[in-house]
Amino acid sequence: MRERANWMRRRLLQMIVDAGQGHPGGDLSATDIIAALYFDSLRIDPSAPNAPDRDRFVMSKGHCTGALYSALAGAGFFPEAELDTYLKPQSRLNGHPNRVYLPGVETNTGPLGHGLPVAVGIAVAGQIDAADYHVFALTGDGELQEGSMWEAAMFAGHRGLGNLTVIVDRNRLQQGAQTEETNGLEPLADKWRAFGWDVVGIDGHDHAAILCALDDTRAPRSRPRVIIADTHKGQGVSFMRDQAGWHHGVPNAEQFAQAIGELEAEMQ
Amino acid sequence: MGAPAPSIDLFDCRDAYVRAVEELAAQDDRIVAVVNDSVGSSKLGKFRDRFPERLINVGIAEQNMVGVGAGLANGGKIPFVSGASCFLTARAMEQIKADCAYSQQNVKLCGISSGVAYGELGATHHSIEDVAWLRAVDKLTVIVPADPWQTAEAIRASAAHDGPVYIRISRMPVPELTRTDPVFAIGRGEVLRDGDDIAIIANGTLVHRALAAAEQLAAEGVAARVINMATVSPLDTELVAQAAATGAIVTAEEGLRQGGLGGAIAEFCAEHQPVPMRRIGFPGFMPTGSASWLMEHFGLTATGIADAARELIAARGG
Repeated sequence: MRERANWMRRRLLQMIVDAGQGHPGGDLSATDIIAALYFDSLRIDPSAPNAPDRDRFVMSKGHCTGALYSALAGAGFFPEAELDTYLKPQSRLNGHPNRVYLPGVETNTGPLGHGLPVAVGIAVAGQIDAADYHVFALTGDGELQEGSMWEAAMFAGHRGLGNLTVIVDRNRLQQGAQTEETNGLEPLADKWRAFGWDVVGIDGHDHAAILCALDDTRAPRSRPRVIIADTHKGQGVSFMRDQAGWHHGVPNAEQFAQAIGELEAEMQ
Repeated sequence: MGAPAPSIDLFDCRDAYVRAVEELAAQDDRIVAVVNDSVGSSKLGKFRDRFPERLINVGIAEQNMVGVGAGLANGGKIPFVSGASCFLTARAMEQIKADCAYSQQNVKLCGISSGVAYGELGATHHSIEDVAWLRAVDKLTVIVPADPWQTAEAIRASAAHDGPVYIRISRMPVPELTRTDPVFAIGRGEVLRDGDDIAIIANGTLVHRALAAAEQLAAEGVAARVINMATVSPLDTELVAQAAATGAIVTAEEGLRQGGLGGAIAEFCAEHQPVPMRRIGFPGFMPTGSASWLMEHFGLTATGIADAARELIAARGG
């Protein structure tokens, strides 16, 4: 998984450079979590992307497509070469995920605050059917400033959706500033607990910790579960790390070479 | 052809809606109902008693309600998401666009108490913009049924249709229209009365008023064609083109004058078949008053429709 995540980081940076735009900060923040989901945890079959009993992954923070698309391609949902079309005219790889065009995408996101309610609806369907699939949603932390997230959180707690796991990519930065300076989220774990959720806190770049937390979601539960993953925006690239300025942006040739060099060195 | 005679008795279309949803649910366990604390106003109490596990009440949270509906569709369900149409549409507009229409999820949105059913409660509770808003959303079918029969038909057709649908359900009492050959298909209008002097195109609670207007006009020797255009999107443009060929069109709807049914027809005619038009509808934010007072005051009546027709015919020099 460490190799997969490293490959995703290099690949998504290449995509962003080729496309001339993208959201590298949030992509790199979420890469380790998404790598764990796609290459270890999710029960999915790229040859049957709509199988009724598949696990669902909902990318609520829909702007981080660099991480999502590199994982989907790596997992075999579409040819890896197609990553070269990222954001280009007529590409299926839009700046935000589109389920109509792209197999493996469950719902179209982009505007914040949408993915969690949809994930809750899927989990309700699973609860009614006593299905054994599990629903995962990845949200940004800034995204939790949207009211619809808490409408959904409240209802998931009320319904006791034990088949739902939310992962909060807690990098503490939103587009322009720190979350805590903008509209503070803390005490975040207490908020989820108050809504009837089990809360787990992990280091969102520690692969063993992510896998352990995700493995534990399979236990039968009567409450939804949130994994608050402490992460760093721009993780893996020294000059992007914890910099709000890299929420969106494109490394120049020199910066790109440095980033790739750092990521290659990490695998030595 | 004989025009349908409106029944003497008046009906609440919500009853037809809940009966149809219950019938469908009895045949197909994928049918679920999602509500925002609106079991009472949606009249879904019997559905809840009969299918308790399939009545999902999210509480007062419309954005979550529509998102949950999209998720249920992803999970293989056919959700009928019901709530007061003023809140269902306005509060959850982006969820309707992104989660239902853009994502092509199989969600059926039922706007209850549409139009000015809540007349006295003020503009926050008037749902007169909904058709204009939702008509602008690609891939979303928009249906405004005229009577109980058509409401039930629209519910059944929506369940069979693979894709997102908005169905506008009135709570204002309306007569049942007795049709000689009742058929309903999404995207097809219905000629209720033939006539070549002018066309009246209406939907929802204005259809029986349009028929009464045509009666008034007939007494004056004017043959008005009456079309029930229940589906606003996609629009039956063939029927609109035939209507334009009469030389004048009056549209009538329990909604804003701009942007809804009248707007849809005006857009088509302006580009394809320019024709003098009058649009009967509400002007915007309105003073307090009951639904019947508002309808009367703003001319959403048989006489209002007939007057607009007379005006167009006079302008034509007929």
